[in-house]
Amino acid sequence: MISKKYYFQGYRSILTYDSPAIALTCCFIAIGALFKNLGFNIQESIFSTVLTYALPGSLVMAESMLIGASLLNIFLAVWFVNARLYPMAVSLFPLMMHKSQPKWKYYFSCHFIAVSAWLIMKSNYKKIPKEYRIDYWIGIGSATVSVSVIGTFIGFSFSEYLNKDMMMGLAILNPVYFLCMMVGAAKTIQITLSVALGLILGPIIYLLSPEWSILLAGIIGGTVAYLLGEYNVS
Amino acid sequence: MSANIVYAILVTSLATFLSRFLGAVTSQGIKEKSKLFKWFNCLAYATLAALIARTIIFPAGILVDASYSSRFVVVLLSVFIFFISKKNFVYPTIFSAICMAVVNNYI
Repeated sequence: MISKKYYFQGYRSILTYDSPAIALTCCFIAIGALFKNLGFNIQESIFSTVLTYALPGSLVMAESMLIGASLLNIFLAVWFVNARLYPMAVSLFPLMMHKSQPKWKYYFSCHFIAVSAWLIMKSNYKKIPKEYRIDYWIGIGSATVSVSVIGTFIGFSFSEYLNKDMMMGLAILNPVYFLCMMVGAAKTIQITLSVALGLILGPIIYLLSPEWSILLAGIIGGTVAYLLGEYNVS
Repeated sequence: MSANIVYAILVTSLATFLSRFLGAVTSQGIKEKSKLFKWFNCLAYATLAALIARTIIFPAGILVDASYSSRFVVVLLSVFIFFISKKNFVYPTIFSAICMAVVNNYI
């Protein structure tokens, strides 16, 4: 079963002074308001946040629904946008794998892979014994999903009171928060180069191929950063 | 619940879960200290950075209505605040929201 000690330690990780909870709540307030404008009811909005739990994917779904896209189009568009979750999962799960832990925990908890939870885990995993990292991770995931649901509820309930300027303020908060977390995490040559090249290549490749820009920028930028880092070490 | 909305939510969650699940399954044979793991770590950071840059420069949703200059000013000032606040995440984040609402009316 899940170790309560490490689960709640993970859950409490969003209560720190530099917690992502505020940014995450604000982002989902914007999503909640967007869902209401799209004609979702409160159950559908919360259902979407819990099941999808990825901001860009939710935004793509909302935009696709606005233009009347088919379910297949929505599936493909969301899949492309959220394909970034694959390398994020591969770069996180080996840190938590332990033979004493059942496989279902890993398959279940992969749902929590999202930028906030991923960055919190990457910053803190060394403090947790490897055997219990998966329980800690499930705690982080539960906490970030809880915060997202609360944000969605607030955004849905108070959407009439949010004017355009406030919505813009909420929308810029998410990339700024993630940017600061990424800059803070850039402590090695490889990670620093990865972040810098991703930031540069993302918009450049977008001009050539909007659909593939994030993935291509990630693959090219990440590979160049990895090779340069290895070369520097050797 | 409307059937169309429920189907859209289910399709979206399936498309999202697919990448996560494939990542969890394929990562089982990868060692923490291996070169493959390091490479995927670089890919993940570069992909996230690309996503952030795209969100700021080519945004979707309401940020489209904010000018390039206002977005750049807000992001640069927020990163500046991040460094002078000894890498605190909360101050620049809250500042960015307030600054965006204010700057958008004047730039």
